Amino acid sequence: MPLLEIKNLRVEIDGKEILKGLDLTVGAGEVHAIMGPNGSGKSTLAYVLAGKKGYEPTAGEVLFNGRSIFDMGPDARAAAGLFLAFQYPLEIPGVATMTFLRTALNAQRKKRGEAELSTPEFLKKVREVAKKLGIDQDMLRRAVNVGFSGGEKKRNEILQMALLEPRLAVLDETDSGLDIDALKIVADGVNRLRASERAFVVITHYQRLLNYIVPDVVHVLSRGRIVRTGGKELALELEARGYAEYQEEVAA
Amino acid sequence: MNAMADVTAIKTAAETALAEAFARARTLLPGSDAVDAQRAAAFALFAKAGLPHRRVEEWKYTDLRALMREAKPLAAAPGAAAKARAKTAGALLGDVESRRLVFVDGAYVPELSDTAALEPGLTITSLAKALTADDPGLTEKLGKLAPASDVAVALNTALMGDGAVIRIAAGATTERPLHLIFVAAEKPAASFVRSLVIVEEGARAMLIETHEGPPGSDYQVNAALELFVGDAAHVDHVKIIAEGADALHVSTLAAAIGAKARFNTFTFTAGGAVVRNQLFLNFDGEDTIAGIRGAALLKGRQHADTTLVANHVARGCQSREMFKTVLDGEAHGVFQGRIIVRPGAQKTDAKMMTQALLLSERAEADNKPELEIFADDVQCGHGATAGALDEELKFYLMARGIPGPEAEALLIQAFLGEAVEGIEHAGVREVLMEAVAAWLKARGA
Repeated sequence: MPLLEIKNLRVEIDGKEILKGLDLTVGAGEVHAIMGPNGSGKSTLAYVLAGKKGYEPTAGEVLFNGRSIFDMGPDARAAAGLFLAFQYPLEIPGVATMTFLRTALNAQRKKRGEAELSTPEFLKKVREVAKKLGIDQDMLRRAVNVGFSGGEKKRNEILQMALLEPRLAVLDETDSGLDIDALKIVADGVNRLRASERAFVVITHYQRLLNYIVPDVVHVLSRGRIVRTGGKELALELEARGYAEYQEEVAA
Repeated sequence: MNAMADVTAIKTAAETALAEAFARARTLLPGSDAVDAQRAAAFALFAKAGLPHRRVEEWKYTDLRALMREAKPLAAAPGAAAKARAKTAGALLGDVESRRLVFVDGAYVPELSDTAALEPGLTITSLAKALTADDPGLTEKLGKLAPASDVAVALNTALMGDGAVIRIAAGATTERPLHLIFVAAEKPAASFVRSLVIVEEGARAMLIETHEGPPGSDYQVNAALELFVGDAAHVDHVKIIAEGADALHVSTLAAAIGAKARFNTFTFTAGGAVVRNQLFLNFDGEDTIAGIRGAALLKGRQHADTTLVANHVARGCQSREMFKTVLDGEAHGVFQGRIIVRPGAQKTDAKMMTQALLLSERAEADNKPELEIFADDVQCGHGATAGALDEELKFYLMARGIPGPEAEALLIQAFLGEAVEGIEHAGVREVLMEAVAAWLKARGA
């Protein structure tokens, strides 16, 4: 059974249709890239998978491990193994990063019927993961993302992903706003998490990220639908030729 | 009394009852003839003005005349049962070590209080005792700070029965916080407590007031504290209003702050049906730094009004005010904050911030900031916001697996935490955040 099956998905925001019958199948162990011009519906896809309010599916289905995600709230989807790395991670003043991480991890474990991690176990895990991502202990003591640079916020998303160990990680334009060095750190973090039971959907506008996170499959998203699917060479072709031939009008 | 000025409106039942209570109690209340005259003058002021109503600007959001349908009889001296129940009063403070002074229904209970081994420089007595002894240390200061024209203060002066009288001598320090615990007994009655605390030059003290009582009793409390903060003194004050759910609580803090002092006051409001918390702070000495903060958690049909006047008379003082209110159900929160900067108060640096977080459609927050600035070289500012929880932040937390109610709880704790952070005593900060967590748990987090 594929990890993720999206069939004929239509999504409206404020009455305007953004996804117009999107199909996508992702198997465990695979890395899929979704590339597309601005306005094609990339972030809409990310948000509707995560369960954000206001992103209403009007038709179609999304099955995660064979189960419709539309029965589940965002917290249930997370506990089921779905993770969205936000394009614009939010600052949460007054909520310490460690508190946030521990609350999230234990909430998910509780929902799955697993034992919560003890504080020493948790701290050990965080330290290991943070070190590899170049996030120092000082940053972890601060409020979530407060005073973090763009690159630091993106690394914090990957830290969360590494702690929460999702089955399906959706990365929404993780490369936006990153310089090469930051990009490499983020890509290394993602690559370290590749596993046969895990899949990634990497949403990006630019090909560059895909030099570091090499995809198995590349899809072109245009005007709310997947219009072409190919291997990793498709990304290079898009870089050379742009999206023009896939667009007649852009969903504004 | 001036009979010609008697163009008074028809008296309410509560106003009539108060007049009868004063007439009966006057000869029984402690104090010399001079104090009796003070009481009479205060009561006359109340009789003329009546209970404050919404056309009185300072009370426009808290129409006490309408809210106080009756005046409860003055509380009788507490019996053994009431005193026994009061043994567990002040439990909200948990493990925080303090020196407890317990008042039941407004009367000091020495057997429940701790006045042994007083630190050098610390003197403690009860108001009743000091008035009966006509102690000049008390009488020359009594009523000097609390604004006589305020009706709540006037009633307090007229009917005050007991309270704490504390002096901390120059240069002295208290090891443990002084904890004034005011607890109401079961039977609905009215208590009027007045306390006087004098912290002399260079002294240091922490003062905690807790006001609590049983649910299901519509008792009434009128409390006032006159606080003298000497030059270079350091005073931390925390007031915890944890009254029973049906109680009426009106309390006043009047402070005179000297030069180069540090003064912090924090009010935590989580109880009472109707609460009016007044702060009159006079910055009489130069170069003082003050933090004036509060946090309120209101639900159901609670009404809580914080009215604050920061009066900058001397130059160079810095005052920072931060009040945060969380409102659920049909609760009503009010914040009126006035900063006055007198002509001589150059280099005043005064900032005020009030924020309300509305968790329900029918909650209401009223914020009235006022700045009256008569000096020309000052920095003053105010901000007021009222809004709902940030849905984007809530979604971010939920997308990480945190269920809705817990996500809201995290955000609400973060919101209030910013104000609670201002309290220097770590133990008190902790118990207050635990009280917040308990309130959230009862809400369903």
